[in-house]
Amino acid sequence: MSDILVIAEHRQGEVRPVSLELIAAAKEAGASSVTVALIGANAADLTGAVSVEGVDEIVTVPTASADFQPDEWKAAVEALIAARSPSLVMLPHSVDSWGFAPALGATGNYGFATDVFGIANEGGEWVVTRAMYKEKVHAEIDFPGKSTVVVTVRGGTWKPAEGSSSPAVSSLDASATANSSHVEFIEPPATGDVDITQAEFMLSIGRGIAEEDNVEQFSELADAVGATLGCSRPIADSGWLPKSRQVGQSGKVVAACKLYLALGISGSVQHQAGMKHVDNIIAVNTDPEASIFSIARYGIVGDIFEIADELVTHFE
Amino acid sequence: MKILVAIKQVANLDDDFEIRDDGKDVDHDFCDYEINEWDDYSLETALQIRENNGDEGEIVVVTVGPDDAEDELRKCLGKGADRAIRVWDDAIEGSDQVAIARILTKVVEKEAPDMVFMGVQAADNAYAQTGVAVAQQLGWPHAAVVNALEYTPGASTATANRELEGGLEEKITVNCPAVMTIQLGINEPRYASLRGIKQAAGKPLDEISHSDLGLSDDEVGEAGSVSRVRKVFVPEKGQAELIEGTPAEQAARLAEILKELSGA
Repeated sequence: MSDILVIAEHRQGEVRPVSLELIAAAKEAGASSVTVALIGANAADLTGAVSVEGVDEIVTVPTASADFQPDEWKAAVEALIAARSPSLVMLPHSVDSWGFAPALGATGNYGFATDVFGIANEGGEWVVTRAMYKEKVHAEIDFPGKSTVVVTVRGGTWKPAEGSSSPAVSSLDASATANSSHVEFIEPPATGDVDITQAEFMLSIGRGIAEEDNVEQFSELADAVGATLGCSRPIADSGWLPKSRQVGQSGKVVAACKLYLALGISGSVQHQAGMKHVDNIIAVNTDPEASIFSIARYGIVGDIFEIADELVTHFE
Repeated sequence: MKILVAIKQVANLDDDFEIRDDGKDVDHDFCDYEINEWDDYSLETALQIRENNGDEGEIVVVTVGPDDAEDELRKCLGKGADRAIRVWDDAIEGSDQVAIARILTKVVEKEAPDMVFMGVQAADNAYAQTGVAVAQQLGWPHAAVVNALEYTPGASTATANRELEGGLEEKITVNCPAVMTIQLGINEPRYASLRGIKQAAGKPLDEISHSDLGLSDDEVGEAGSVSRVRKVFVPEKGQAELIEGTPAEQAARLAEILKELSGA
C-alpha cells in the first residue's frame, strides 16, 4: 500500500502554496491515494483551496485554535495516522512544521526525516533523499521496520498541483492539551519606499561586504545599474539594511525578479528559498565552491569590491 | 535558577573530501569543526537572562559528541557558562536525531533546569529537529524558531516571538519550564574575554556515557534511531558559466550581460 497523507499548511485563513507542492510530490511518488488533512478551528472553510488534481480525500480535524498550535497539530496528525494508516505522511519543511513534526518523530512510532527533496518507493519501502554537510553531500535514508514514515519536504522542489477535483470530505476529532497559546501575529514593518517582491532586477549583498561602511558603495552601484538593493540574512540581522530588503525564507521571495546579481552571498538554502526561481542569476564570490554558483547562470570568482569598482564605470 | 543550553559541534568539509569506505558518511578526516552558529545565540539568550536576574543562576552547557567537541564546550565556558557535560561513547555513533534527543532528554531530567535552549538547526545537516524532539520526550512545552523572548526565572509562562516565513512573526505564551529553539538574530552574541577564557580551563567538564544516563545500548546508535543513512553521494550540481579575465575584463563582460538581461 502506498497511501499518502499530506498535512496542508495554512495561516491567517489562507492555505500556504507549499501545500499544493506536497500534493504534486505525493502523486509523483506513486501514491495509490492522496488524503489531504486540514487542521484547525476553521479547517472546513479551506477545503476548496486543496481540492486540486490528484486529491482523493480531504479530512478536516477541528481544533481549538484557528492557527497553528504545536500540541494540537501533533495530536491531530497522530489521530489521522491511527485512522488512515498511511504509509507516508508529508508535511512542508516550514517554520510551523519545525515546531511540531519532530515531536512525531520523537515518539519512536514512525520513521522520520526532515528537509527531504527526493522520495522513492522501493519494493514497498520508502527511501528519501536529503542534503548533509551544507549541501555538499546528499544522503539516501530509509526507515527499517517502520510501517508509517513521516517526512518534511523542502519547498520549491515540486511544482504545485493545479486543476480541480471533488474529493470526499470528512471530519476527524483529536483532543489535545495546548501548552502554548497564540497571542497575535506581528506583521513585518512597512516596506517604506521599496517592495522587493515587485522588483525585476535585484542587486543583493551578503557577508562578503564585510563592514557596514561598505553598504553605501553597493547602494550606489545598485542605483547606477538600475537595480533594487537587497541582502542576505546576516546583513539584515546586523541592522546594516532593513529587514524589508532581506531575500530568503525569513525575508521575502523576490517573486517578480528576472535578473538577480548576488554579490558576496554564498547561497544558503534559506537564501535560495527566496531567489532560486529567478531565470538569470549572476554571482560574484571569492569562494569558487560557494553554492550560489550551482544555481547561477553566470559567475565571477573574484573580489566584489574590485568588480564593483570596475562595473560602475560602465554605467556612468 | 538553572538554564541548560545544548550545543552541537558542526562540520565543514574540505574541498577534496572523500566518502567513507562503507559509503554511509564522509570520511571525518576531511572535516573541520566549529560551534554551530545558532548555539552562540542560545547561549547568549541564557547569559542575558542570568544578567537580568542579578547574576543569579547556573548555566550548564551540554553536547553529544566525540573528544573534539570539548573545544566548543570550553568556548561556552569562556563566555560565562558554569559547567559543561559531554556525552559520548562508541555506541552513540550512528545515532539519528531521535536517538540524540533521547540522550539529551536524560541529561535534562538529571539536571532539572528551569529552561532549555537549543539552536533552531545545525549549520551542517540542518535537521531542525532535535529541540522539539527533546521537548516531546520530556513531555515539556516548547516553542520553535524564537527570535524574541521575555522570561523571568521562576515564572510559570514566558512570552516568545516565533519567526515565521516572509517577515511575519507570531507572539505566543508558553508554559514553563520549556524547551525553546533559538533563531539567529535574537541578540548579539558576545565574545569570550581573555579573563573568561582563562577561567574556562578551571571549570568542571563532565564526560559521561549513555549507560551513565541509564540508557541501554539499543536506545542509542542505529538501534535507537527511526531513520538510517543508506548511502551518501556527491550530487551533480549545476555550474555557472564562469566569466574569466582580469577584474576589468570580468566587469566589462558583466556590464554587457546586465545591460542585455535588464533591457537597459
